Amino acid sequence: MSAPPDTLAPTAWQEATLVRIDPVTAHMRAFGFDAPRMAPHRAGQHVDVRLTAPDGYQAQRSYSITSAPGTGLQLLIDRIDDGEVSPFFHDVAAVGDTIELRGPLGGHFVWQPADGGPLLLVGGGSGLAPLVAMARAWATAPEVPVLMLASARTWADVPWADELAGLEARHARRLRLVAAITRAQPVRTQDIGQRWDASRIGAELQRWGMLPRHAFVCGANPFVEAVAQALLAAGVPAPAIRTERYGG
Amino acid sequence: MATTRGFTGRRIGTESARRLPPGQYLTHDFPVLSKGPAPTIDLAHWSFTISHGPRPLARWSWDELQALPRSRWAGDIHCVTQWSKFDTEWQGVWIDDLLAAAGLTPPTGFALALSYDDYDTNVPVPDLIGGRAMVATHFDGAPLTPEHGGPARLLVPHLYLWKSAKWLRGLRFTERDEAGFWELRGYHMYGDPWRQQRYSDDP
Repeated sequence: MSAPPDTLAPTAWQEATLVRIDPVTAHMRAFGFDAPRMAPHRAGQHVDVRLTAPDGYQAQRSYSITSAPGTGLQLLIDRIDDGEVSPFFHDVAAVGDTIELRGPLGGHFVWQPADGGPLLLVGGGSGLAPLVAMARAWATAPEVPVLMLASARTWADVPWADELAGLEARHARRLRLVAAITRAQPVRTQDIGQRWDASRIGAELQRWGMLPRHAFVCGANPFVEAVAQALLAAGVPAPAIRTERYGG
Repeated sequence: MATTRGFTGRRIGTESARRLPPGQYLTHDFPVLSKGPAPTIDLAHWSFTISHGPRPLARWSWDELQALPRSRWAGDIHCVTQWSKFDTEWQGVWIDDLLAAAGLTPPTGFALALSYDDYDTNVPVPDLIGGRAMVATHFDGAPLTPEHGGPARLLVPHLYLWKSAKWLRGLRFTERDEAGFWELRGYHMYGDPWRQQRYSDDP
């Protein structure tokens, strides 16, 4: 697939139009953009968003792309109550607005079907965003086995929980989704009612019966470090583990 | 530049704004960025090697590093993921003091910092000497934790923090400016936060 001739370099700022806003969880919304000059992205990449006030003051943040490659540009934004950019998106932004962004960016935390598997995706809260893009990319060519371990306060706080469960139902022998529900009773029998720890992760890998060729871990820092160390303890080689961390 | 409809932004004081490079926001947390898990490093097997290409020039064990003069640097740090943290305090050994202890003059103008997790990143030699970079072993008075790069990381605070390689094991002088891990993946060869040198084709 070759890019259209007027595609901009990933580092060039461009004006995109906000075309859709969809509620995803109680705190997260998906924002769909028409960005006609953006080059095609790979699952796991992000964009930088830049907002400009009338006096020229600017604020800039990075957000993971959640859409599968070739299906437009969708970002998942978690509302951080004391934040500066996410409350703007949740409270002020409207369909039709022009937003400056650039991308796709990032070349490490990236998976495409040609990279193969087995594929392990572990995400907490909004850290599931780039992993959803990978699951959606996988679904376009559902060949390698996937184990997706999610962590969220409740099942309803797992972004696109029903879509992911639907993928699992359609490809039961290829994709397994297990959620750690930390503030409620798990609703599905395979989910667990506690945080992911080394023994729970080891048990899920054993049940899966494979070691991942590629493991992607994304979320808040303590979550990512705990999961990464648990994967090492379970025998996953360090070079197979890629991490992306949010916040402090 | 186009104004974003309805965006006013959250202002910080003039003094803070002056210290904040463009495109950055101020955080009071200490976020973490790394490409993979933090490696576990036993101090008994830790070492730091300065080399010229493949040839080792000097090497220190952990105890030998402790015997060198320990210096302090305090100031602001800036991560390419857009957070900045003010008034951080570090202790460690200036690269100048390592070179002096070994009786070395930098043989080339470029270097790669090498890490225990196979990470590497390039820094020009003038940015490593003259009291501009240290092998840091302490943050806020306490030994560096593994997630922040302990037992020792490079600290080059005037560049974006990915240049301050965590889990440092060596410094290799190179004939040319060789790209490291993130530089090979689209990040800038130099990384000056005040010029917003985030990605390779940023000016």
